[in-house]
Amino acid sequence: MNKLSFTLLIGVVSALLISLGLSTKVIAKTIHSERSLYRNILVEENKGLRCLKFNVRSTKTQQSCMLVDDPQRLVFNYTKMLFSSLLINPNPERILIIGLGGGTMSNALHHIYPKATITNVEIDPAVIKVARNYFSFLENDHITAVAQDGRIFVKRESIKKQKYDWIILDAFNGDYIPEHLMTQEFLQEAKNLLSENGVLAANTFSVSDLYTYESATYKSVFGDFFNVRNSNNSNRIILASAKPLPTHDIIAARAKALSEKLLPFNVDITEISRQMISTTTTQDWPKNSPVLTDQYSPANLLNLKN
Amino acid sequence: MTNKKNNNVPWQNPLIYLLAFSSGFCIMGIELLGGRILAPFFGSSVHIWGSIITVFMLSLSFGYLAGGKLSTKNASLNRYGLIFIFAGIAVLPVAFSSEWLMEAIFLAVEDTRYGSLLASMALFFVPTVILGMISPYSVRLLVTDKDKSGQVAGFLYFVSTLGSALGTIITSFYLVLLFEVNDIIMVFSTALIVLGVSAMIFNRVNQQKNNSNNSSITLQEAAHE
Repeated sequence: MNKLSFTLLIGVVSALLISLGLSTKVIAKTIHSERSLYRNILVEENKGLRCLKFNVRSTKTQQSCMLVDDPQRLVFNYTKMLFSSLLINPNPERILIIGLGGGTMSNALHHIYPKATITNVEIDPAVIKVARNYFSFLENDHITAVAQDGRIFVKRESIKKQKYDWIILDAFNGDYIPEHLMTQEFLQEAKNLLSENGVLAANTFSVSDLYTYESATYKSVFGDFFNVRNSNNSNRIILASAKPLPTHDIIAARAKALSEKLLPFNVDITEISRQMISTTTTQDWPKNSPVLTDQYSPANLLNLKN
Repeated sequence: MTNKKNNNVPWQNPLIYLLAFSSGFCIMGIELLGGRILAPFFGSSVHIWGSIITVFMLSLSFGYLAGGKLSTKNASLNRYGLIFIFAGIAVLPVAFSSEWLMEAIFLAVEDTRYGSLLASMALFFVPTVILGMISPYSVRLLVTDKDKSGQVAGFLYFVSTLGSALGTIITSFYLVLLFEVNDIIMVFSTALIVLGVSAMIFNRVNQQKNNSNNSSITLQEAAHE
């Protein structure tokens, strides 16, 4: 009797487990997983959409996605919003991307600007490998990937007096942007790398107390900047430049000139140009907010609080 | 002989345990901030923590050796207090000289592994060796009875390692939210110096008491003869 109920129990439990396993498989199939020095790396695929994830549990940690049948098409809204940078500098020749992810941004930029040199900096060699193997990340004479901490790369380049026309800050760990890549000192180092017409674009999505600190820190280094965001997601692109921001008319004219070139990549630059809000007119954080420095940067702790 | 005398002094042992607790607290607090201090120059890769932990373990091991050796000659609460004062002073360069030191090393060494190892060595070796001397010296001051030496050492390690645990969690959870890195280092340094000075004052006060007691005893004895 006891034995019978035990086997029954086992049967029910295993059926439950199997159905659970099956249902998660329907949502997304894991085609690659590994534990690197820095994180768990997962590549999942669902209905032709292949995504790179850094942690299993949370849903907001998708780092990069690609349509398997149409790898050029940009999937994430924030990657499209990054193109607003071109309205500040329409002809980038030297591009620096910090935080590789799947390398989809690097690939897209190479197609649009085949002559531009693109340097990708990624701390985790395993991520570079995954980008090559699963996201068709392209490397050639113009595109390189350097396995190094972004902060150190920027410091070394600044000593070598290198300049970049477009710097994209897109480095994330499992939680948020690493703390030493959010400080005033780091942003100053990055600003030193900007060429005369250079533009810096940072992908951010702080929804907590950190928003204030982050904004104040960028303002303290660059002066006024553009916030780029749409209502569909919580990403905010910070667009900053060493020069004063271009006027509305210049932006509209540049958007018109670029729109045909960018349309094949699913980027509607005219629409994006309307999502740019200058902090000269709209500053949505309190004045005199504290800034993040190398001495004070509990960024990830601040991001926990809501 | 000095030992017996010391042990008769009330509150001396609790004071030594408090000091050992505080040194444990400061050691781990500083180690934790080490990661933050090195990050701007050497990044946040895994090998940064490799460098920091290596240097702390190495310095502590030398500190234990030196502290044990020092405790064999004229061990006193006075000298114990001096160790704390020296430790407090040795911690200061972590706050004041770290910038130019790390910059020089960053320029000289391309590989961040050896760069961070050198920088941790330059910043943390001396203060951690001095802090490491405290544990064996505490044992020397606390032990009076051979049979209880293990128990005393066990309780001492309990107290100082508990301090280390609290130093780690309080620094990383709360202090970095409230203060700048250099301010926290300054607080650790000040705390060490204040504790050292109070140990020396405690010692001085009790010696004077003892002296007056002893002299009255000798006077009485003389009168009996």
